[in-house]
Amino acid sequence: MDKKILEVKGLTVAFKEDKVVNDISFDIFAGETFALVGESGSGKSITALSVLRLLPNNAKITADEVLLDNENLLSIPEYDFCKIRGKRIGLIFQDPMSSLNPVMTIGKQITEVMQIHFSYSEKELDLAVHELLEQVEIPEPKRRINEYPHQLSGGQRQRVMIAIALAGKPELLIADEPTTALDVTIQAQILKLLKTIQKKTGMSLWLISHDLALVSTMADRIAVMQQGKIVELGTAKQFFQQAKHPYSLKLLAALPSMKSSLNKTTTASGEETPLLRVESFKVYYPIRKGFFKRIVDHVRAVDGVSFELKRGTTLALVGESGCGKTTLGKGLINLIPSTAGRVWLEGIELSKLTGNDLRQKRSEIQIVFQDPFASMNPRMLVGDIIAEGLKALHPDMDLADREERVSSLLKQVELSESSALRYPHEFSGGQRQRICIARALAVKPKLIVCDEPTSALDVSVQAQIIGLLKNLQKEQGVSYLFITHNLAVVAEIADEVAVMYKGEIVEHGSVEQVLNQPLHSYTKTLLDAVPVIEN
Amino acid sequence: MIQYILRRMLYAIPLLMGVNILSFILFFVVNSPDDMARMQLGQKHVTEQAIQNWKHQHGYDLPMLWNQQEDASKKVTETIFYKKSMGLFLFDFGVSDSGRNIGEDIKQRMWPSLSIALPSLIVGLLVNISVALMMVLFRNTYLEFSSIVLCVILMSISSLFYIIGGQFFIGKLLKLVPISGYDTGFSAIKFLILPVVISVVSGIGAGSRWYRTLFLEEVEKDYVRTARAKGLTETQVLFNHVLKNAMIPILTGVVVVLPLLFMGSLIMESFFSIPGLGSYTIDAINSQDFAIVRSMVFLGSVLYIFGLILTDISYTIVDPRVRLT
Amino acid sequence: MIILWTDALIYLLVVAITLVGFVISRQPQMRRPLKKIGTSKTGMISLVVLIFFVIIGLLDSVHFKSTESRTHEIISLLDYWAKPLREQDEKTYSAPFATNLYSKEVIVLDDGSTQWGNPRLKYGGAHLLNPENERRMDILDKAFVGFSKGTGLMILLLLLLWASFGKKHDTLLNHSSFKVVVFVLFLIVSISYMLVELSSYYHVFGTDKVGEDVFYQAIKSIRTGLVIGSLTTMIMLPLAIIFGIMAGFFRGWVDDLIQYVYTTLNSIPSVLLIAASILMVQVYMSNHAEEFNSLIVRSDMRLLFLCLILGMTSWTGLCRMLRAETLKLREMEYVQAAEALGVRRWVILIRHILPNVMHIVLISVVLDFSGLVLAEAVLSYINIGVDPTTYSWGNMINGARLEMARDPVVWWSLLASFIFMFSLVLAANLFADTVRNAFDPRRAE
Repeated sequence: MDKKILEVKGLTVAFKEDKVVNDISFDIFAGETFALVGESGSGKSITALSVLRLLPNNAKITADEVLLDNENLLSIPEYDFCKIRGKRIGLIFQDPMSSLNPVMTIGKQITEVMQIHFSYSEKELDLAVHELLEQVEIPEPKRRINEYPHQLSGGQRQRVMIAIALAGKPELLIADEPTTALDVTIQAQILKLLKTIQKKTGMSLWLISHDLALVSTMADRIAVMQQGKIVELGTAKQFFQQAKHPYSLKLLAALPSMKSSLNKTTTASGEETPLLRVESFKVYYPIRKGFFKRIVDHVRAVDGVSFELKRGTTLALVGESGCGKTTLGKGLINLIPSTAGRVWLEGIELSKLTGNDLRQKRSEIQIVFQDPFASMNPRMLVGDIIAEGLKALHPDMDLADREERVSSLLKQVELSESSALRYPHEFSGGQRQRICIARALAVKPKLIVCDEPTSALDVSVQAQIIGLLKNLQKEQGVSYLFITHNLAVVAEIADEVAVMYKGEIVEHGSVEQVLNQPLHSYTKTLLDAVPVIEN
Repeated sequence: MIQYILRRMLYAIPLLMGVNILSFILFFVVNSPDDMARMQLGQKHVTEQAIQNWKHQHGYDLPMLWNQQEDASKKVTETIFYKKSMGLFLFDFGVSDSGRNIGEDIKQRMWPSLSIALPSLIVGLLVNISVALMMVLFRNTYLEFSSIVLCVILMSISSLFYIIGGQFFIGKLLKLVPISGYDTGFSAIKFLILPVVISVVSGIGAGSRWYRTLFLEEVEKDYVRTARAKGLTETQVLFNHVLKNAMIPILTGVVVVLPLLFMGSLIMESFFSIPGLGSYTIDAINSQDFAIVRSMVFLGSVLYIFGLILTDISYTIVDPRVRLT
Repeated sequence: MIILWTDALIYLLVVAITLVGFVISRQPQMRRPLKKIGTSKTGMISLVVLIFFVIIGLLDSVHFKSTESRTHEIISLLDYWAKPLREQDEKTYSAPFATNLYSKEVIVLDDGSTQWGNPRLKYGGAHLLNPENERRMDILDKAFVGFSKGTGLMILLLLLLWASFGKKHDTLLNHSSFKVVVFVLFLIVSISYMLVELSSYYHVFGTDKVGEDVFYQAIKSIRTGLVIGSLTTMIMLPLAIIFGIMAGFFRGWVDDLIQYVYTTLNSIPSVLLIAASILMVQVYMSNHAEEFNSLIVRSDMRLLFLCLILGMTSWTGLCRMLRAETLKLREMEYVQAAEALGVRRWVILIRHILPNVMHIVLISVVLDFSGLVLAEAVLSYINIGVDPTTYSWGNMINGARLEMARDPVVWWSLLASFIFMFSLVLAANLFADTVRNAFDPRRAE
């Protein structure tokens, strides 16, 4: 345990004058799991890529020493460095879909590594690939060898990536956000797999992640990175019990914990007409086949969903990717045409309305999207973006009133009034999400569909946005349909939870009940898969 | 797949109808057969009788779209539109205004066209890809910079200057190959070298620049980083991974034009007096032979549509992600 | 003043470009790409060269009836200034800077005797008494005088500029791309002064078969090249933008119909479509000769028609690109947010889709320009380009091509058209690259 595999001393990476990684030093011991934690843009991925010299040419890397098993990596010529990448250091990336060559069979992509680094015979190669695929627990490895990446599921692709990284039998495996692109249940499987393999081979694992909860289940030692610098470095135990640096404390405090919901006061008030009532809502996509493209079957994206949502409360819609939760959200505001089902808003059935009435009524449900960068027209001023709904629904409103409303909205989402005259690209992700919320609030909606509004944001920002949403609910009594895959966030904000699986709601109940005494087996798996900080 | 191809072929019918109607409007409605007759007969003062004779000879003495005098189905069939268009669908191109059998001409002339167009395409493709790969391999160096500059300069020169210059320096001054002409069989080769070389050189600028951008687009993708992380050298990465992916747009782009190669190249053929379909078309344009030009329009669109179908099929072959339904 | 059809469209285009430029420069998010163009040296050099060409083209687009000649022919401002060039025709071919005719013929000497040789030119070098000895020195002398006149003018202008706001805009004046621009301006102005000075004594690029000055032809061809490059774009743009965006946004049967139209148009080999249309125009014109009585009106109509047809055949490419981009954009979350807010569809189209595809339009406009200039030469060669009486580089090449077989070779027409065409196309290509680099979001840092 005391043999150092990798020693980094005084590593600095600069793009032009901009120091992205600034004089950092750390060691990784043989057989341990070392986690480098930080928010987006902190330079953690750059650090890993610079150790492997995989950065583009315009990056300037300087360091006192980078030693791999006492050999200085910086003094090795490029040609010989190829014998280190893949052979002695393996690397796994975040997105397995784009990281695999789409036009090469996975068998070939794995054998390629062994062909470079070992002189195996044809037969040995076959055998080795087989063994690897079995080791990463891919079902039916014989068949999979000849398949292409797009034929595999997300989890299987990441397993292939791991197989590629393991093919050179590396001493050190770098895993750069290995599970961020995956669903919770699959994330748990992949992490378990990494642990097993590490135990079997005794290699070191360098885990790079933004997710402290995940890190707590994996790491032996933790380094926290902020703006290119390592601000805290120590064993996992030390870190989670007595972190010292204010930034580490801030990160830990921002973590949504599954328990916070217990002392939440629900303001559901007796028997009144629910704000939103949805009955056997369906969204089907036709599957066309044959010469005349006849519809032979349907993809049942949302298959007969019914629920109610009370005024001033939050219903969380939870499920993994592809379960139909986003389709349901968009279907409710008619961004996607629904196949069947009835929707009542305040007791008025939406499908019975037409023309302008429908437009007005429908605008009482608004939406906030996941990606704050894609959800605003980059060529419009923030003020115009917020005022867009006002112009559309109240064309008779005069300019002064509108401007006043825009600035009061900006105040509500805690942005300065001068933001109205700036463009979206001048704002950070969290600030953009605030603008999106202001845009939705502008038309005084009764219900806001929040489609994963926090999953593109860093943890600390995530907590702020959730705080803002809660405040707005308290002040204005707006209801949320909160679509998310993140159960920890659910605990933080929701009054009720509906769990979606394959287009249907399999469990619906209060937060306490669903999170603490789940009834449906799928909910249980989902809850078990969530990494929780182990103290 | 077969269903897909069949459906695409059915879709070709309305397309070809559209082409036909368009060319019909261009040729017969804007200018009446009377105008054409005057044009063909050439003199300023032509007798009415001469015009009528010419029209009768060439089958232009029928009504345009609707024959009131005939009965039943003949109302439609005994018209200029039907007579001059329906044959095309059966690849019966009829007789040119100067009295030659167009179908025969095409059969005879498409092989010289192909013998110049195909080598130009293949050699050009190889040269452009190699140049582009070189540029990508040496990216961010002075070699790349100077090649890009050279490419821009090359593509800023009109193809006419390449031809004239090539003919003058290689053919006339150095006397390495004959300036122009054609021969049957293998003796044609010495006539083909110069046009092929010239068309390759004139295409290098634009072609290799385009391929370079395709390669660069691939180089920036994540799987290339994975390949490097595996320990592949830069050349291995380029040849084993980047080239394979970039070949998809390149190949499918080439497949579209493959059938059109039969049509030949207008300019090259007329400069080098090669008796292909390109020079055939130019001659027809210059002698204002409408029947030939219309046949070539139709043939061209058939080949283009065929090329589109071939492209879709070739996608399924080179790209495992694409499946036709 | 007489306004030809193409003139009118050019004026319209100038107004449109100025408006667009004004609107673009006022939008803050355009500042970054514009600044990028401004700091690119190659971009600014090529822009200066392009503007120089455009000025000549514009001068050549102001037409009026000549009051001097009895024929009352229509001439342009450029013709007016280049009067010596236009009128000093020789008998037939003469080489650049020649004082004698290219071909030999019988010369009648002063004393009445005859001699077989190259006679003196009527205008070229006519001021020289003893051409063999004086010519070289005289050319150098005239060139130097012209060059220094140009340089002097530039220095004067610069001093004025510096005096008027040198202090205030210190950073601008010291900027590296500004220095390069000034240098290129120096070169252009000086060289053109030199050529002007020389061309009033010599035929700088020789004369052609009928003795017309080749330098004059090459300058006159600039307008043709510019008109083809720009008017075609102006005709094809509305088609491409309207159809492309509509197909992508409304989908359904609108999309099917538009796709059908452009696949049909695309499937016809464009050269043949152009040939067919030009043939039709020819037939039409010869049948309605009375409407096209003036030679210049006739060739102008044909030029306009060529642009029209080129526009009809070339909108499909951009249309397809815009359709694809619109399909992508309409799934963007800000478009969906606008839909949820109850914004009407055509407002979404104008407010959210159109501004976000404009960079593609801009890039493709500048990229197409050089291709169109090159295409003109090829089309003219097959006789389906501009009217044979129109001055164009294609016609010049076409006329000179046949003379390549002569011995010794007549090369100057080719050289002149090569130099002019190459510099215009190269400048356009380089500028297009700069614009693309600046506006392509993928290349943004």
